[in-house]
Amino acid sequence: MSMTEIGYPEPERVERKLPANLRRDQPLVPVDGVAGRALMAVIAILTFLAALSAGAAVLAARASDQWRGAVSNEMTIQIRPDSRRDIEQDVARAVAMAEKLDGIEGVRAVPKAESDKLLEPWLGTGLDLVELPVPRLIVLRLKAGASPDLAAFGPALRREVPTAILDDHRLWVRRLSAMAGTIVVSGFAVVMLILTTTALAVAFATRGAMAGSRDSVEVLHLVGADDDFIAREFQSRFIRLGLKGGAIGGFAAIVAIALLGFIASRWSTGPEAEQLQALFGAFEIGWAGYAAVVLVAVIVAAIAGLVSRVSVRRYLRALA
Amino acid sequence: MVRFENVGLRYGMGPEVLKDINFSIAPRSFQYLTGPSGAGKTTLMRLILMALKPTRGLVSLFGQDVSRLDGPTLTAFRRRMGVVFQDFRLLDHLTVYENVALPLRVLGKEEASYRAEVVELLRWVGLGERMHAVPPVLSGGEKQRAAIARALIGRPELLLADEPTGNVDPGLGRRLLRLFMELQSLGTAVVIATHDLNLMDIYDAPRLVLADGHLHVDD
Repeated sequence: MSMTEIGYPEPERVERKLPANLRRDQPLVPVDGVAGRALMAVIAILTFLAALSAGAAVLAARASDQWRGAVSNEMTIQIRPDSRRDIEQDVARAVAMAEKLDGIEGVRAVPKAESDKLLEPWLGTGLDLVELPVPRLIVLRLKAGASPDLAAFGPALRREVPTAILDDHRLWVRRLSAMAGTIVVSGFAVVMLILTTTALAVAFATRGAMAGSRDSVEVLHLVGADDDFIAREFQSRFIRLGLKGGAIGGFAAIVAIALLGFIASRWSTGPEAEQLQALFGAFEIGWAGYAAVVLVAVIVAAIAGLVSRVSVRRYLRALA
Repeated sequence: MVRFENVGLRYGMGPEVLKDINFSIAPRSFQYLTGPSGAGKTTLMRLILMALKPTRGLVSLFGQDVSRLDGPTLTAFRRRMGVVFQDFRLLDHLTVYENVALPLRVLGKEEASYRAEVVELLRWVGLGERMHAVPPVLSGGEKQRAAIARALIGRPELLLADEPTGNVDPGLGRRLLRLFMELQSLGTAVVIATHDLNLMDIYDAPRLVLADGHLHVDD
């Protein structure tokens, strides 16, 4: 219907150019600015915490991998010196026994000179260690995936060479791996809890926004908007909030992790730091870690959109 | 187009505010809905708009019983109606232009496709210079004209106007009434709720008179 069609002269009507920018792309359903900013801050903080937890889990997983790679394929036999026994003979006997064991790739008796060298950091150089009871080491390299029968080998070795001690590092590895696994699972659980908290915060905020926009929602219904349209309006608003909050929190987490890594690398010149690094590995989460942090931020935004949509649809159903 | 049979409405456990309402609105018809303040005119309009459900009786809209309508059909029916609320119900955070364009925007139309039409209608109702303003800074009359423009922009088959001339000067009131009459001649059924006797005297049309919750038709 045009006014000309109706037949009424338009008093104001003259051929004027239409204003170029009439629509400001305002959201049809206003989400209060203060409440919106507060929700964004909550999402940013929760994303930050979730991303840090994910980063810590990745760090623990990487450290665990390093331990496994380094020690899980080795065992050591230690022969303690005994004045009543010939240590060289004991070493040879233990090497022979170890070589017969299934699942062993190689056996190497650490030469005495090399053993003595291991003591240099404590005793200094130039000392004659002949008189000192320095134990001898035999390193056993395991085949990948092999599991030798240590329950039988250990006692048999003790019978033949009473001064031998079989040091199975895999016990340590298992314990450390279990610890790392616990950290990873805890990190995952914390991430899940935080994501749940985010979902609840968004659900409450959506319901609050819906209650505050009840009039707008009714007007939209009466001018012909369907539930899908209204839900999309709310959802796009909350996705934007979620994306902003997620981006801020994720970015802050990446900066924090990078900063901690930088501080750790500066601090790693000290001997304590070297020991810590030996235990935990370098303080780096790698690309996988950063990808996990970004993924957490994206998931937070997606949750914000999804939860707001579900909340709006439920609210609209209740209104109907 | 609209048919009410023995319709009654009560809020909660209170008394019936509308009792045994019977009337029908034919396509391309024009009628006033009148009665003293508080007689239930707005309530009756909300029943036609399906914003309220009757406690009893049958409400039929565009040939269908509204109690059996699903969501999409309800929305489709509302798109065939235009409504002017007594309290305007403009969205305060949107400009006048955006408010008037709302029924087209919710249909998912591109803004470029309706811009000229909306601007033309705004100029016709005298809001050409106020299209960028937001409702809180408009006078009562300007808000009313914006609300009327919003109701008309979708070319409705049924127009419900609740006191549409209550806040405008008599000259503009007459112009708006002529617009409603022209709409009727173009095929829109028009219901104007008013208690302005002068307005009803300008154009004689059947009157649905509400009093004490009952309705009778004055032809």
